[in-house]
Amino acid sequence: MRPLSIVVRTGCDLFAWFLVIFGSTIIIHGDVTPGGGFQGGAIVATFLSLLLVAYGGKKLLAWANIGIFNGMLVFGLLVFFLLGFMGFPHSFFFNFLAVPHEIAQATGHGVIPPSGTIALMDIAVGLEVAGGLSLIVLSMFKGVRLFREEHFEEESGHDR
Amino acid sequence: MKKTIFVVAAILLGAFVIGATDSVQLFGDPGKAPMDDYFIANALQHRSSENVVTSIVFDYRGFDTIGEAAVLFTALCAITAFFREGRKRP
Amino acid sequence: MIGNAPFFVVGLLFLAGLVAIFMEKNLIKIAIAISIISSGVNLFLVALGYRAGGTIPIHYLAGEETLMVLPTPQAMTLTAIVIALATTALLLSIIMLVYRHYGTLDVDEIRRLRG
Repeated sequence: MRPLSIVVRTGCDLFAWFLVIFGSTIIIHGDVTPGGGFQGGAIVATFLSLLLVAYGGKKLLAWANIGIFNGMLVFGLLVFFLLGFMGFPHSFFFNFLAVPHEIAQATGHGVIPPSGTIALMDIAVGLEVAGGLSLIVLSMFKGVRLFREEHFEEESGHDR
Repeated sequence: MKKTIFVVAAILLGAFVIGATDSVQLFGDPGKAPMDDYFIANALQHRSSENVVTSIVFDYRGFDTIGEAAVLFTALCAITAFFREGRKRP
Repeated sequence: MIGNAPFFVVGLLFLAGLVAIFMEKNLIKIAIAISIISSGVNLFLVALGYRAGGTIPIHYLAGEETLMVLPTPQAMTLTAIVIALATTALLLSIIMLVYRHYGTLDVDEIRRLRG
């Protein structure tokens, strides 16, 4: 894919990283406001799509580090399964960190939120979905490049 | 001749589908829902989470979330395996 | 029928997607019709859980009210949307491979050419 004109590239520069911040806000506040892990992860994955459309394929493949997205995906899945297995003497998936509402209002909050594993699983699933969907976009773009060669340096959309 | 059969069949299909989705229940009146009343009444006290939907997805019905994470991971593995560059045989 | 307007719209969406699957010749348009059907089904699931006069099922935003809409269909729809996204990505990848092998995206041609 060829890069688009200077107007589109400047617009992309201005607010590409705000997408990541917005998605992270929706992931972290999943306990209190509507949202949660899956929705926030899908928003963070659109960061890579915006860069791909505005800057072209060659520059993106030279810049993007696949190891980061792989690490996010594997870390999120492992934390999710670990939190599931840790409540094992009682049952699978037991919320062993939850504090009932009367005690939480009386003694104040600590580092771990009083809803226990719900908030921690939110962050883990958000990381996993963000890494997974970004990897899907990158893999499908590499598949397009495999069987078609064209010029990657000129801009597209000009009148010839 | 074929076109009239298609149009009549499409209208019949349309009547069936719209009649089916229209006659499930009245909009805004789901009847008795004892499971959801239990979730609404007890999610704040026992789990101390203010978002009832999130506590259903991750705590009361966590198995569905595990299945969904598995489906996402399987689709990712399949797509990455399709678009691999092969090695040149010597 | 006017009171049941969301269910009527769901029926129309499902019908549009189904007729498009039968009538279209291009593979990408068939994939778009499958996506329209899944959108209609998700809308049906959310519209089934509405209580007249209810409010959002979050205690922080609802304040003092106690009549809430049913939260379980909303949780099911979250899962269904993400699964539909994964299967759409896989379907589009298979369409890309079919195009690379046959050279065309027409359904009639793909049935006739061999290799």
